[in-house]
Amino acid sequence: ARMFLRLLSDIQWRAAHPKWRRMTSSQRSTSTTAEPHPVSLPAQAQVVICGGGIMGTSVAYHLSKMGWKDIVLLEQGRLAAGTTRFCAGIVSTARPVSIELKMAHYSNRLYQQLEQETGVQTGYMKTGSISLAQTQDRLISLRRIASSLNVMGIPCEIISPKKALQLHPLINIHDLVGAMYVPEDALVSSANVSLALATAASRNGVQIHERTCVSHVTIQKGRVTGVETDRGRIQCEYFVNCAGQWAYELGHSGEEPVHIPLHACEHFYLLTHPVKEPLSSSLPTVVDPDGRIYIRNWQGGILSGGFEKNPKPLFTEGRNQLEIQNLQEDWDHFGPLLDALLRRMPGLEALQIMQLVNCPESFTPDMRCIMGESPTAQGYFVLAGMNSAGISYGGGAGKYLAEWIVNGYPSENVWPLDLKRFGTLQSSRTFLRHRVMEVMPLMCDLKVPRWDFQTGRQLRTSPLYDRLDAQGARWMEKHGFERVKYFVPPGNDLLDLDHSKTFYKPDWFDIVGSEVKCCKEAVCVIDMSSFTKFEISSTGDQALESLQYLFSNDLDVPVGHVVHTGMLNEKGGYENDCSIARLSKRSFFMISPTDQQVHCWAWLKSHLPDDSNLVLEDVTWKYTALNLIGPRAVDVLSELSYAPMTAEHFPSLFCKEMSVGYANGIRVMSITHTGEPGFVLYIPIEYALHVYNEVMNMGQKYGIRNAGYYALRSLRIEKFFAFWGQDLDAFTTPMECGREFQVKLDKGVPFLGQEALWEQKQNGVYKRFTMFILEDHDTDMDLWPWWGEPIFRNGRYVGKTTSSAYSYTLERHVCLGFVHHFDEKTGEELVVTTDFINQGEYEIDIAGQRFQAKAKLYPFSSLFTQRRRKDEVELSGYQRE
Amino acid sequence: FYLTPSQVNSILKANEYSFKVPEFDGKNVSSVLGFDSNQLPANAPIEDRRSAATCLQTRGMLLGVFDGHAGCACAQAVSERLFYYIAVSLLPHETLLEIENAVESGRALLPILQWHKHPNDYFSKEASKLYFNSLRTYWQELIDLNSGETTDVREALINAFKRLDNDISLEAQVGDPNSFLNYLVLRVAFSGATACVAHVDGVDLHIANTGDSRAMLGVQEEDGSWSAVNLSYDHNAQNEHEVERVKMEHPKSEEKSLVKQDRLLGLLMPFRAFGDVKFKWSIELQKRVVESGPDQLNDNEYTKFIPPNYHTPPYLTAEPEVIHHKLRPQDKFLVLATDGLWETMHRQDVARIVGEYLTGVHHQQPIAVGGYKVTLGQMRGLLTERRARISSVFEDQNAATHLIRHAVGNNEFGTVDHERLSKMLSLPEELARMYRDDITIIVVQFNSHVIGAY
Repeated sequence: ARMFLRLLSDIQWRAAHPKWRRMTSSQRSTSTTAEPHPVSLPAQAQVVICGGGIMGTSVAYHLSKMGWKDIVLLEQGRLAAGTTRFCAGIVSTARPVSIELKMAHYSNRLYQQLEQETGVQTGYMKTGSISLAQTQDRLISLRRIASSLNVMGIPCEIISPKKALQLHPLINIHDLVGAMYVPEDALVSSANVSLALATAASRNGVQIHERTCVSHVTIQKGRVTGVETDRGRIQCEYFVNCAGQWAYELGHSGEEPVHIPLHACEHFYLLTHPVKEPLSSSLPTVVDPDGRIYIRNWQGGILSGGFEKNPKPLFTEGRNQLEIQNLQEDWDHFGPLLDALLRRMPGLEALQIMQLVNCPESFTPDMRCIMGESPTAQGYFVLAGMNSAGISYGGGAGKYLAEWIVNGYPSENVWPLDLKRFGTLQSSRTFLRHRVMEVMPLMCDLKVPRWDFQTGRQLRTSPLYDRLDAQGARWMEKHGFERVKYFVPPGNDLLDLDHSKTFYKPDWFDIVGSEVKCCKEAVCVIDMSSFTKFEISSTGDQALESLQYLFSNDLDVPVGHVVHTGMLNEKGGYENDCSIARLSKRSFFMISPTDQQVHCWAWLKSHLPDDSNLVLEDVTWKYTALNLIGPRAVDVLSELSYAPMTAEHFPSLFCKEMSVGYANGIRVMSITHTGEPGFVLYIPIEYALHVYNEVMNMGQKYGIRNAGYYALRSLRIEKFFAFWGQDLDAFTTPMECGREFQVKLDKGVPFLGQEALWEQKQNGVYKRFTMFILEDHDTDMDLWPWWGEPIFRNGRYVGKTTSSAYSYTLERHVCLGFVHHFDEKTGEELVVTTDFINQGEYEIDIAGQRFQAKAKLYPFSSLFTQRRRKDEVELSGYQRE
Repeated sequence: FYLTPSQVNSILKANEYSFKVPEFDGKNVSSVLGFDSNQLPANAPIEDRRSAATCLQTRGMLLGVFDGHAGCACAQAVSERLFYYIAVSLLPHETLLEIENAVESGRALLPILQWHKHPNDYFSKEASKLYFNSLRTYWQELIDLNSGETTDVREALINAFKRLDNDISLEAQVGDPNSFLNYLVLRVAFSGATACVAHVDGVDLHIANTGDSRAMLGVQEEDGSWSAVNLSYDHNAQNEHEVERVKMEHPKSEEKSLVKQDRLLGLLMPFRAFGDVKFKWSIELQKRVVESGPDQLNDNEYTKFIPPNYHTPPYLTAEPEVIHHKLRPQDKFLVLATDGLWETMHRQDVARIVGEYLTGVHHQQPIAVGGYKVTLGQMRGLLTERRARISSVFEDQNAATHLIRHAVGNNEFGTVDHERLSKMLSLPEELARMYRDDITIIVVQFNSHVIGAY
């Protein structure tokens, strides 16, 4: 380990900031003994960053660049001594998630000029990378990545195996079907990048203290007030937890825990002595995901590691240590990866081994990194859980987090990475240990549409779980909650898990088709209990007043009305999209997407006035929600309740408490999330089974059946219904997605985002949510769209899709997505008008293949069968603009 | 002609047996966790036997392997009878009296042994009465002899061995009115058997050995590696002390004829054995018994044949050599096996294979490159070999089976080679004996926690 350490961090950072040098240089000579600390800690600072790895230094660098100076960075050992020190140093932009791709792209550009900026050698070398495909499916996934890289302006091409061999003469290409070449991918010495960032930050005034251990963060009244260290206390406004694999423990060290769900796994890579004819330092990095390995040139030899199928999680009990010791090499464990390496590069057999490095990496429950502010402690920020891509994300992630701290929100939509997508429920050590064992191999597994995790399941379930399961339910999970995808009819065996992984028409196609048909012609029941449900009530008018300010639609409606509304931020963007029922003058019932449970709670908590007479309660667990969808829903419900349910008596968007079967107090709302006629029943959980049985028995004569979320999705997408988290995010306003009718700019009271929306109304929007009907797409033979496919207008890139589904009614694929208007010359974003949308020829790029698409700004009215209430009809008025 | 892996497995596992010492209140208070045993025939029928039993009236567990020659009759009789003789030898005076009184008054007997038998390990029903009477005579003598001293295990073992061999000899001389039994006792006496028996009681392990089977202790060193400690001496021509002993017991004039071609009188491999009255009785006695015996015996060339240079019998004894060992926490297991195993495997390999098997693959010594020059290709070869070793571990649920798999199937690299295994197991009966001997193995696993607490 010693030797490696010296090689990777052989650097010149002593020439950096003099104050810092004096403090640390003495420690470099004797790294094992505790040194007296020559510089004492400041008593206070605006920001305290914990962790001197790539993340901590990047945040410090970017904060100081943005003009913040009063920053202290604390590192328990030495700078860049943790996972950062051992990182393989591959900067790769080939990422399937768009925000991760953007972060990696930014990091690459940042590192490229870092040496010039700081004078610290970073070892930056633009080598390019080749990702190999051993199967056609792998090649499809590479093509999808290539499409999104290309529209971002990142050079990238799909190449033949022969071309790959030309780029890297050691590759055995006999089992390859193709490859992807990204010429601008790079190699760096990650420790030195980190030190360079630290050097620049230090020059900008950031104070860096090594050998300083944060014991816990103090939080008062939901705000960070300071940190306790082994060298005393620092008062601060902001704390940034960049503690890497110790972030979880650090989050739990204070009185008020901050849940940061990540878990470390051992990660192995091999270092060799130089090849006889030393490899060129510009030789491209090779990634062979089917062999689960990566190979880069290193000191004339190679560095090769991988993501094995049977990872070894560690530190589950939270064992702490000052610096990551070089853990034991485990050759038996590495064996399969070594086999893969020698299969890929048989010429290396005679190459002499230098070392097998064991370097723990932290992984998260969904393979995406964790950033953002704690939902419970204001000013407590987190950046950790890099899933083995820390060096690729480091620059971009640090930038976004710094923007977040300084501006209140980053410049890009980072919801997929937001800490608030998790709650306490993902924080169990057992859950994390099991889940990361699935996540780490997934790094190399094929990422197909609609993949579900297999571990950490059946945590939150509806009371009907067993009943539905017995009827053939196939499950997926959202925010820990089991939801039905579809029901497999008896005797209808689907492919097993592995074989159902496909980019083409899936095996459940006909099953979901029949569920959709039943929703349209008879009645289906879908268990939607996972949705987040809050109740807001007050003694006076506080509830109404607060909600009027927080929501864009007018909530001062008669009791019993249901309102669809956005919960917008200052810029008019959707923080949440929900349905709110006015239960009484002073109480409201709010339904939001499942994964809003933490985010929406935090948002309301921080925006509602601190008033003991205003009560916010999370009642998600109290109700089972059954959605009755279809034209006969009304018949079923009226038979069960002896109450007239027709549109005259129970119009759309109404809410009433009534009895269903023997059970009283069922909250019935005439809404569906698909645009079909129907009702949602909010049932106190003890009645759930009874009501379900009654509905199924009574429904028999109307042809009732169970349905799942896949049917729901097909129905909502064909009707152009946007879903928050999928289509809508904090950067999308109601104006941009045809929802002006849900905004009451003149409701008489000011509300969050009002100004921004006014401006948009006057000046127009810069992107428009658009529906695309694929024209020349063969459902049986062609690749299916998923989301994230580039949209081309008249041959030019204008945006990406956000969701897609097959419409069984239209017998076509429908994609939803945003269209931008980039100036042909400058690339500047221009206003998107209705004409701009309507006067274009569109194509959707699915893994490199373009399909003609018809753009629509409004749904097919023929798909709506029910009479709609006034505010929904406005939608059609909007279309005529 | 090849056997599939599952055919190989069914052959190897046909005779496997495992016993786990039952736990009380979730605790196993015995120093023995349990044992695995198995045997693989080369002779048809197999001439090896095995026995295992728990002593019920004293503490301790008995385990033994018996290697028969000139037929299996003697080995069979010893496997049925020896443990009773040992158990009786160990019983205190009061218990012997109680048992005798029970027999006398026709009451139910206290059970003496609890056997742990594979379904194929049979007891001969026909002889049970005869055997019982001999045993009863033995304990009656013990009652009469009542020395009042506490029973010494070493002495008990020696006495039991000698007494049983004596009874075998006597029964053959006396004969039995039942012609079947008469023939049986003669076959028992004229065939022979070696015996290697372990008696474990707490930390006291006694090995009584007669012949060339062997007991070996598996010891785990502090660094996790395995070493072997012999707990018995082979009684054969390779053992100088044994050759010396035989020569001491006979006149100098016979010195040259005593051991020829590494065999006793040029005929017998083991220098100690049960039965084999041809090496114990006087020529006159042999002739008288054979002549008055049944025709089958008379027609048998072997029984009629008198060993050459047969001047001062007896040349053979069943008296065992007893070794006592105090178990230590690092003593993880004991292997008792007939010479079929030891002639194919070195004890060090046996210790390693069983040790790694019992502790699981995780304790396989990790590989460290350190300062050595190792290429990627060499490392791959090494890892492949280690994986093969592990996969052979997973196939077996029985340590003895695992050991047999290695004994028969090992290639020059010490890993199981399926092709070789298949060839060895599919040899025709008449050829099998040329390539391998009967193999019988018992692997006893010790309870380090209990042993450490002593």
